[in-house]
Amino acid sequence: MRILLVDDEKEFVATLAERLGLRGITADWATTGEVALAKAAESDYDLAILDVKMPGISGLNLEKLMAQQHPRMKFIFLTGHGSASDYHSGIAENRVIDYLVKPVNIEALVAKMQAVLKS
Amino acid sequence: MALWAKLKPDFWDRPDGQDWPFKHMFNFRRIWKRAVLLIAGVALVPLLSITAVDYNVTQKAIMSDVLLQTSRLVSNTKLSISFFLSGRAAALHFIVQDNGIAELQDPRRLEQILSHLKTAFGGFVDLGVVDAAGRQQHYVGPYELAGVNYSDQGWFQEVVARGVYVSDVFLGFRNVPHIIIAVKHRLPDNTFFILRAALDTARFNELIDNIAVSGEGDKFIINLTGRLQTPSISHGQVFEEVGLPVPPYVQKTQVVEGHDAGGEPAIIGYSYIPESPFILMIVKRKANVMRDWLHTRSQLIGFLVISISGILVVIVGVTTYLVNNLHLADQRRVTTLHQVEYANKLASIGRLSAGVAHEINNPLAIINEKAGLIKDIFSFKPEYAQDRKLIGLIDGVIASVERCAVITRRLLGFARHMAVSIEPIAVKTLIEDVLGFLRKEAEYRSIDVEVKVPEKIPTFVSDRGKLQQILLNLINNAFAALSDGGRLQVEARLAGSKAVAIDVIDNGSGIAPGDLDRIFEPFFSTRTCSGGTGLGLSITYGLVQELGGTLTVASRVGEGSTFTVTLPLEMPQPKGDASANPAGR
Repeated sequence: MRILLVDDEKEFVATLAERLGLRGITADWATTGEVALAKAAESDYDLAILDVKMPGISGLNLEKLMAQQHPRMKFIFLTGHGSASDYHSGIAENRVIDYLVKPVNIEALVAKMQAVLKS
Repeated sequence: MALWAKLKPDFWDRPDGQDWPFKHMFNFRRIWKRAVLLIAGVALVPLLSITAVDYNVTQKAIMSDVLLQTSRLVSNTKLSISFFLSGRAAALHFIVQDNGIAELQDPRRLEQILSHLKTAFGGFVDLGVVDAAGRQQHYVGPYELAGVNYSDQGWFQEVVARGVYVSDVFLGFRNVPHIIIAVKHRLPDNTFFILRAALDTARFNELIDNIAVSGEGDKFIINLTGRLQTPSISHGQVFEEVGLPVPPYVQKTQVVEGHDAGGEPAIIGYSYIPESPFILMIVKRKANVMRDWLHTRSQLIGFLVISISGILVVIVGVTTYLVNNLHLADQRRVTTLHQVEYANKLASIGRLSAGVAHEINNPLAIINEKAGLIKDIFSFKPEYAQDRKLIGLIDGVIASVERCAVITRRLLGFARHMAVSIEPIAVKTLIEDVLGFLRKEAEYRSIDVEVKVPEKIPTFVSDRGKLQQILLNLINNAFAALSDGGRLQVEARLAGSKAVAIDVIDNGSGIAPGDLDRIFEPFFSTRTCSGGTGLGLSITYGLVQELGGTLTVASRVGEGSTFTVTLPLEMPQPKGDASANPAGR
């Protein structure tokens, strides 16, 4: 499985990618929406894990853009607010979206990723 | 005083500004007093003025009428008396003209004339002829008066001078009340004689007796020295002094206000009888003639007093009602302003805490990942994987991060629900979320917290944000009432089939019975010394009402309090409030 992590906190996203790597999950990462879109254009990702609140392109808008360009990509939001309403406004048909609240438990994240990819 | 207790305005005993941190726009006591005085003045001053004017006018009119009637009576009676006297004097004049002195000297002729006079006029007692020397030469009558000399008597001199004389009533030689009428007749030889007649007073008295005086008045005749000439009812008997001042001479009838013999205010009508020594007087007691007026006056005054009392009661009642409503409206305005201020403050706190929590979450996430990576790296290296102390230290860091995360999540959850958020509520979760904020304080103060929520309490739809505020306010208040080592119970139960009740029970200081009635009023606080604004419970009460529920309290001083929030399991329909947004953003 190929994962793309997008979060404006570089320390967070880079460390999370490394931890996933130790678990055999290949994870690329980006700190802005623009870089994430460029990376997605180059490679096929199965799943994108997006921070909701980012400067520039927000997580919600990034998800909409990526979904248009990569219809089979699945998404998980990472939110600091813990509210379903943060991502509910972005729900569209045929897109699978789930969320986790930061700080994330790595095992819970891996389980969520597997569940989303299977759905 | 019972009437005042009923009419007293609600705000009377609570002057504005006392113990209230927020000023009202008006001094309601002053407004009430001014309104009552102004309306009473406008209503009553014209009424009283018109009544006074009407009273005076009516009284004067009635008095004027009484005076006029008395004047007429006196005038008419005066004419009768005058005619009585002048008619008899004229008869004597006729006699002396018609009969020569020789005939009048004939006793038989004199006797005949007397008889005719008695028949025609009545009242004549005797007749005498007095010569120019004053000697009564000839006399017919019941007394022995022939040969009596009157030359030194006043009447003789007067009749000689004036030609006619009417005496006042006197006893004289005969010792019987009588009047003398005498006329002088000049003879051709320039001498004269006087024809003198005596009249008894019966006819005279009859003239007075026949006067119909209204109002129990007294009527009588006096002479020029103030002695009664006829009997009176209350001023004395004939020849007694009348007890009133002799009125001054006037030609016409006079009616004056004075006092009767008893000193009582009286209407006195009098008239001098012309060509006589008599004064006719009619005396009526004012109290008697004005009796009907006084009775009517008493009725009117009584009616006026009752009307004024009724008007005043209505004025006070209506003013109290209006100013009470003004006070209530102003109180609502102030309460609403502070609720808005409170909501704004809460929203600001919400935004601030949301910002803080969010900002803290990011570094927490970083700490979590870094610690997690360290643990991962150590876990994959056998020489470190078995190092319990190392792994334990990292687990400690991760656990602390998790604790912080719980706190920030809770804070963010509370702050987010400042806006309306209608969602299914699990009562136990709601209570524990709120208690989570106060767990540490409970631990520090050794306060025992117990939560009892039976399984059968269903999930129900309501506004989570408001419910959290309600429970937080009530539990905060309970903590304030508890001393260290106290006990707090939060219990939920079904209240019938359509409602759920949440009891917040403390064994703290309790609330005094006198304060219980006012505990939900805005600005009422038992904690003013510790900076309480008294808004918490009134706002809580308002929030419960917005959710369609009720908030009640039971308390005993020294034993504790139980606040009970009862909520419907189905939320009532909102009343078109624009701020209600079920989407919750």
